[in-house]
Amino acid sequence: MRYDSLLDSLGRTPLVGLPRLSPGPGVRLWAKLEDRNPTGSVKDRAAFYMIEQAEKDGLLEPGCMILEPTSGNTGISLAMVAKLRGYRLTCVMPENVSAERRQLLEMYGAEIIFSPAAGGSNEAVRVAKRLSAEHPDWVMLYQYGNEANARAHYETTGPELLADLPELTHFVAGLGTTGTLMGTGRFLREQRPGVQIVAAEPRYGELVYGLRNVDEGFVPELYDASVLTRRFSVSTADALRRTRQLLAAEGIFAGISSGCALHASIAIAAKAAEAGERADIAMVIADGGWKYLSTGAYSGTETEAEARLEGQLWA
Amino acid sequence: MAIEVRIPTILRTYTGGAKSVEGSGATLDELLADLEARHGGLRERLVDDRGLRRFVNVYLNDEDVRFLGGLETPVSDGDTVTVLPAVAGGA
Repeated sequence: MRYDSLLDSLGRTPLVGLPRLSPGPGVRLWAKLEDRNPTGSVKDRAAFYMIEQAEKDGLLEPGCMILEPTSGNTGISLAMVAKLRGYRLTCVMPENVSAERRQLLEMYGAEIIFSPAAGGSNEAVRVAKRLSAEHPDWVMLYQYGNEANARAHYETTGPELLADLPELTHFVAGLGTTGTLMGTGRFLREQRPGVQIVAAEPRYGELVYGLRNVDEGFVPELYDASVLTRRFSVSTADALRRTRQLLAAEGIFAGISSGCALHASIAIAAKAAEAGERADIAMVIADGGWKYLSTGAYSGTETEAEARLEGQLWA
Repeated sequence: MAIEVRIPTILRTYTGGAKSVEGSGATLDELLADLEARHGGLRERLVDDRGLRRFVNVYLNDEDVRFLGGLETPVSDGDTVTVLPAVAGGA
């Protein structure tokens, strides 16, 4: 395959079967390898679409500063595109993300403002919104509410999946900005009524939920619950166990949010197999495990790794 | 009958600091009413006149109850209910 430049190689990622993890002949698990994107994560799709739309809307010119709350992947994607197109970038990122994310952002020339670990991404969003108000000339693309994020998946991820797996019955992905599930989910539901759209939401340790009161909570503006069929909460322990299982059983070296998606997928597959129903379950592998090596998630026992992950934002 | 209900840090003022409490009921709504009897004020932090509060997520055995039956979701002995504040996912 040949492309004129890196950005043209975006998307069209492989869908690989998971024969060892699939419970039986009629129930098959599939993994869409989003680490095979320009900067190594599914976020490349959203970042590219958001910047393209901002350019179309006349909001961005070379030299402009882009601002974004991000736990890493979106920042890295934006940093790459910004570098190639002559924009500056400031990311607001929780201080408890892995070192690799910081390093990648700095390598691409992005500036980072760290938000407190307590409060996780909620706090990063809050800080970014405040900065955006203070700097009206900065352009906040705002992945949690930007329709171009979901549209990227409506126009690319969804069609790719259906082209590769027309018999798809379930789509499973991590729930963060909700862009992947909203965009892909809407497309698939239009094309294949009856398809199940399943969210796998990371459940962190207590530090990350450090809110002063319940009404300080946050629901991404993109989120439309009617697009989902089911929503699972996956603990750090389960996500970690499944990430390691994916590596051991299928050889796929994935980030920890992929463990979340696998956990939900396995639960769905088991139910289908038990009921004697056919299922083709496609899950998103959002990124590879590289950015999480320093968290110790892949070394030592699961208990040791889980203890090390406690208090870290691993999605 | 015992159903474990896990409480997030910010609501532990209602449970005397306990991170999990036990209750009973045939539905989530009944369970919350049961908890209210021993932990006054807790129910109001979770439910308003429109149902579950917007920034509160409740999971039954790790599944979001809004996709099961909402407050009418049946619960049984041995189930685990987890209450969490709505937070921004990593991205």
